[in-house]
Amino acid sequence: MKTIYKIFFAFSILLTIVALAVTVVIWRKSKGEILSADFRGGVLLEVSFADGRPNSIIREREMSETRKQEIIKDLSTQFNSVATQVRFDDVGPTVGQELKSKSVTAMIVLLITIVVYLAIVFRSMKRVLSPWALGIAAVLALLHDLIIPMGVMSLVAYYYGVEITAVFVAAALTILGYSVSDTVVVFDRVRENVIRIGSKESFPSIVHTSIMQTLTRSINTSITTLIALVAIFFFGGESIKYFALALIIGIISGTYSSIFIASPIIMFWHGRKLTK
Amino acid sequence: MRSKILLVAIILGAIGLGYFDYQKQIFPFRLGLDLLGGTHLVYQGDLSQIGDQSATDAMEGVRDVIERRVNLFGVSEPVVQVEGKDRVIVELAGISDVNQAISLIGQTPFLEFREIGSGIASQSFVPTGLTGKHLKSSQIEFDQTTGRVAVALNLNDEGAKLFGEITKRNIGKPIAIYLDGEIISAPIVETEITGGKAQISGGGITPATAKDLANRLNAGALPVPIKLISQQTIGASLGKESLDKSLKAGLYALLAVALFMILFYRLPGFASVIALSIYVIIVLAIYKLIPVTLTLAGIAGFILSLGIAVDANVLIFARLREELKAGRTLQQAVDEGFRRAWMSIRDSHVTTLLGALVLYIFTTSIVKGFALTLGIGVLMSLFSSIIVTRAFLNLAVKPIFERFKWLF
Repeated sequence: MKTIYKIFFAFSILLTIVALAVTVVIWRKSKGEILSADFRGGVLLEVSFADGRPNSIIREREMSETRKQEIIKDLSTQFNSVATQVRFDDVGPTVGQELKSKSVTAMIVLLITIVVYLAIVFRSMKRVLSPWALGIAAVLALLHDLIIPMGVMSLVAYYYGVEITAVFVAAALTILGYSVSDTVVVFDRVRENVIRIGSKESFPSIVHTSIMQTLTRSINTSITTLIALVAIFFFGGESIKYFALALIIGIISGTYSSIFIASPIIMFWHGRKLTK
Repeated sequence: MRSKILLVAIILGAIGLGYFDYQKQIFPFRLGLDLLGGTHLVYQGDLSQIGDQSATDAMEGVRDVIERRVNLFGVSEPVVQVEGKDRVIVELAGISDVNQAISLIGQTPFLEFREIGSGIASQSFVPTGLTGKHLKSSQIEFDQTTGRVAVALNLNDEGAKLFGEITKRNIGKPIAIYLDGEIISAPIVETEITGGKAQISGGGITPATAKDLANRLNAGALPVPIKLISQQTIGASLGKESLDKSLKAGLYALLAVALFMILFYRLPGFASVIALSIYVIIVLAIYKLIPVTLTLAGIAGFILSLGIAVDANVLIFARLREELKAGRTLQQAVDEGFRRAWMSIRDSHVTTLLGALVLYIFTTSIVKGFALTLGIGVLMSLFSSIIVTRAFLNLAVKPIFERFKWLF
């Protein structure tokens, strides 16, 4: 196995740990308030001003109609410009809790589905490698791809006052899909090469060859998707800007992880089996 | 010959669907509240008192009643749907007075006829068993003698019978009409009334309240009490801004991707741009037909499915180039390219599709919309890359192009 994989694999693990630590620290510092009312329950009021100054966002646990009108009036006098309500969210705590638990359930079911699907698809590789190894490698790469954007988005959320809304669940799941596709494309090539040249070359070197063969495709696909996302980031509305950012990080990470996480894992796995 | 027929069919179909997409009148695009502005309300029904009645029936009843009340409000295309076991979701697009809508939906007009009790209860009114559920219809009318406004009630057969009995035993005594626990009027019964017609009039009834009351009575009472548990309102201007920006971003994204594909993959790239345009036309037509409610997250799902469609093409072309480099003829290279890329395309599409499916089943609202557009997109992407791109690419598989392999 080439040293480069060892180095990058170690580096990735370090990066994942850092991202996880950042997420935990920010979560504690903000007491979970980087999550929007979608998840926590609570009230959000956004008002715009007649003179075009940036919108104000007010968050409270509860807000009565009278209180809301008072706030709008106060803001109007304070900034000497007529304030109008443009958004008002009032989410009950059960609804928020439900969104959280449903999202987590969806994630877990999805991960299990992916491992099983990959085990079925790659069953023909069982002579060389346990079919579960591929699924597990893909899922570990995936966790890396979810944790890194999570760390970055926590920072962005905390320092730029961006809220983590329900849309980010969609972002996480998209990253998940992309990351798995990327890994699957590499593994598909590995399978093909194992059949063609499996007797001539060592397994790690077959994996390396497969990575090199799929590299152009991986990069081109990432580039086309990134082009689309960068366009959304710069030209899309405020509400999907950070959604696009999370995806940009996740997709770069997804391409990287299929090469430097999923692939080294199956190289290790195979090696372990041989020494037994 | 067969491939030519297919190609002509694809082109004609695309032109037809493109025209369909362009038509604003037939099957208009349905936009979500985040793009249109409006209110999203979630109500929870209290099913603890329903007894033997099935929860589903009770919630369907709630939905029907809310739907009728919302229709009174005159909102265009309101969405009222039961979600899960005990929830009803109400979406009102572009309304200005959310509070009025909320109070209109939440009110349970409970109509009740009471009579003077006997014995120790003789000083108060007691229920007679005749309530709003015996009501067939109600309308506003003007009393011919006094000229005062009144709400006329038409009772159903059971109600008419009950009313007959009640009036018979209360001649000369008052019968009180209660609405939501408050007395509205207490007319003195003059004769037995058997026709099943009653009237509410009194001090509190003005032409405006009479109309409102008649409407609400017609809409019926809620079978179970409901509680508003979530409310999200987006101003129309904010929605409009998001929509314009998202559309612009989508357009730039498409152009940039098309440019990249043509520069990098030349002739096949060009074929894929045509295939992708057809893909967009088909997907938009499906959105109109189903119809899919387009939200910001839904549009994001669409753009991502576009990315996946591009990926399928990239996979094929990357393989095609490899085969050409290995010295195969054009025909062989195209065939091999498609054949070998198929496994990867299938696996990546299936995993994404599984993802969309899991999301659609296990989540709600925003994420569900995303899953739907993503799922449709992925299915169509398979069609576009395997059938459409191939049909166009086959045009180029001609001996003459062997000399221009650099185009591939």
